[in-house]
Amino acid sequence: MTKRNQRLLGVVALVIGVGVAAALGFTAFRKNMMYFYTPSDLLAGTVPIGASMQLGGLVEKGSLVRAGGLRVEFRVADCAKNIPVRYDGVLPDLFREGQGVVADGHLDADHVFVATRILAKHDENYMPPQVANALKGDPDTGKHSCMPFKAVESAAKS
Amino acid sequence: MIPEIGHYALILALGIAILQTVAPMIGWRRRDARLLASAASAAQAQFFCIAIAYLCLTVSFINTDFSVAYVAQNAHTDLPMIYRISAVWGAHEGSLLLWMLMLSGWTFAVSVFNRRIPAELSALVIAVLGVISVGLLLFLLLTSNPFERLFPVPLQGRDLNPLLQDFGLAIHPPTLYMGYVGFSVAFAFAVAALITGKLDAAWARWTRPWTTTAWMFLTLGITLGSWWAYNELGWGGWWFWDPVENASFMPWLAGTALIHSLAVTEKRGLLKSWTVLLAILTFSLSLLGTFLVRSGVLVSVHAFASDPARGLFILIFMAVVTGSALTLYAWRAPKLASVGELNLFSREGLLLLNNVFLVVACAAILIGTLYPLVLDALNLGKISVGPPYFNAVFLPLMVPLFVLVGFGAVVPWKKGRAGETWNRLKLPALFAVAFAIVVPLALHGRATLLAVTGGLLGSWTIVAASQDVWRRIRAKPSFVAGLASVPRATWGMTLAHMGLGVWALGVAFVISYGYEKDVRLAPKETTEIGDFTFAFIGAQEAKGPNFVAQQGEVTIERPDHRTVQLYPQKRFYPSQRNVMTESAVDATLMRDLYVSLGEGFEDGSWSLRIYVKPMIRLIWLGGVLMFLGGCLAASDRRYRLATAAERKAALDGGAQAA
Repeated sequence: MTKRNQRLLGVVALVIGVGVAAALGFTAFRKNMMYFYTPSDLLAGTVPIGASMQLGGLVEKGSLVRAGGLRVEFRVADCAKNIPVRYDGVLPDLFREGQGVVADGHLDADHVFVATRILAKHDENYMPPQVANALKGDPDTGKHSCMPFKAVESAAKS
Repeated sequence: MIPEIGHYALILALGIAILQTVAPMIGWRRRDARLLASAASAAQAQFFCIAIAYLCLTVSFINTDFSVAYVAQNAHTDLPMIYRISAVWGAHEGSLLLWMLMLSGWTFAVSVFNRRIPAELSALVIAVLGVISVGLLLFLLLTSNPFERLFPVPLQGRDLNPLLQDFGLAIHPPTLYMGYVGFSVAFAFAVAALITGKLDAAWARWTRPWTTTAWMFLTLGITLGSWWAYNELGWGGWWFWDPVENASFMPWLAGTALIHSLAVTEKRGLLKSWTVLLAILTFSLSLLGTFLVRSGVLVSVHAFASDPARGLFILIFMAVVTGSALTLYAWRAPKLASVGELNLFSREGLLLLNNVFLVVACAAILIGTLYPLVLDALNLGKISVGPPYFNAVFLPLMVPLFVLVGFGAVVPWKKGRAGETWNRLKLPALFAVAFAIVVPLALHGRATLLAVTGGLLGSWTIVAASQDVWRRIRAKPSFVAGLASVPRATWGMTLAHMGLGVWALGVAFVISYGYEKDVRLAPKETTEIGDFTFAFIGAQEAKGPNFVAQQGEVTIERPDHRTVQLYPQKRFYPSQRNVMTESAVDATLMRDLYVSLGEGFEDGSWSLRIYVKPMIRLIWLGGVLMFLGGCLAASDRRYRLATAAERKAALDGGAQAA
């Protein structure tokens, strides 16, 4: 093989390698991108059943029910709507009624959000003050501000 | 009084840093040796000032002086002494001061150990580091002054975040920062080379130990962070592809590529402009990491309260530093032409491939980390890119890299020969295949694709990497003479590559054969996981210095009928009204048994997280081996030789020998 051919081969190998990596990356990206939704987005009916996604909102006060074993059921609310969530597993330390929560999972056919992982938001001390204030809501009525969870129009449409 | 001294010291340091930048630059333009020489003195004075400031803050913490706002937010009179000292870097302001201390410390080291480097280059390097100092000091003084007073003085502080009250965390940020900030030296060398237009083998030889030292600290920092997350977060994971973890991993990947391309630049005088570009990118990624962690754009374990002005400042600072360095690069890099041919089947060719894979992996992680942030910033929707993406992209890219490591150890510089390579590698290859088939089956009775691949690549890397040392020993008449003849750099490289192999074995086995189970157990109830029987005895109250805890007792019966007791805790820290999970681990090299408490229920039962993690220790052992490899490589004789000669000439150099 001449030097020129060898170099050409090297360049071709490089291009193929980078191409494969890019293709791998792109498909992996498409498959594993999870959109973040609020309860209102989910109830608007534009979200596909069974697709994996993140749900964010506040755990509604008084909605937490233990159903034997590790199963818990609660409702996640934004300012307008709320949606039932089911989860089998250990809840994080910072999980509280009335506090913010992010759940990974999917919507089942009965429009119950089946969570596979629950992330509780950190408490007030470790959040930007404006988010913390918005999350606190009104303690008397149990109503929450929807500041941190503005509906994501473009995401819901796609 | 003490906080004011600290504050003044910072302001003084800013003045000195400006001098440290301006004077050598003028000195270089005018070819004035005295101005050039002033750089070193300025660097030392600046370090002295920052050290004083840092000491002042530490003293305020030890005395729990709550009139200092930062202390009041992060300390408490019940806080044990060791955490009072580590609380200094427990939040934003203090950790930036630590960053600054590291930066001035590195600059100080450059000013001391640079005796054999041309005065011009040394002064320019210090001047570039001075620019970074000025930016950071302005940032500290304008937006994040750690010495700000608080009136009225509170009677009690708000305490350090309980998550951070752990020994692993006490040393994780300093080592991580040592690495992050250390890359600034490589960056400064690169920029200085661009300014002078001189980049030769000697330049690479000066830059290498600095880069290796920074890299090994970053390696250790990441390893400690992973170990800390495993122990302290109660999830039993060792890597989450959390954006903040990625923020430290990207400079690591780029830095690893830089170490390898520097080797090519030193030995063969090739890849010059690529090396310079990598040095700029590596430090830029370190700055990006700081920005991501400190700006509050990320919600994660690491995202402490932060305000947008700070994020904006770092972003602008990053844009200025990276932007001007890249502009300089675009203007001057064509001058740094490499001479000589690059043959793909040679050590330098393989190292080039190594760089391709590392940089592509780094880019893939960068996209996955930044894309959600960009989308969110443009109001195009909130998305998250989860671990499956990173695994799917990162792991396949690592496969060729591991294969290359083996070849890199036996293929010589300039031109490799296929026959010779095959002769040297056929035994390692055979061993790796046998290992990959036998070990998973022997240990766990079943083979998974991942375990076999990991076993193959891991054992291949370990055995093939040792070929270089082995060949050198065999070339000498006796084993001992052979051992002594191997230079430290070779030992270092071999050890680091072995660490990589050990890491791969750990990852493959822990993912393939780990068990994870969430269960709810009543007292005296048992559950079986793998070959182990876990019995939950019950939970009781326990008291610590600044917390109260529910302490569970779990008895584990091993397959050989011996038992292990574990005491996981659920801690409540009254000062912050915070709950923390303290997991309990029984660790051996072959497997970890891991129990953490979930919640207690009214009937006395608890939810428990129980993991059996085979060989997870190898992951951290691998990191530690890489760190040790870095230590050996950075202290190689050829870097010190000339220094020793210089020292004799200088007469006074005894103190700097370490």
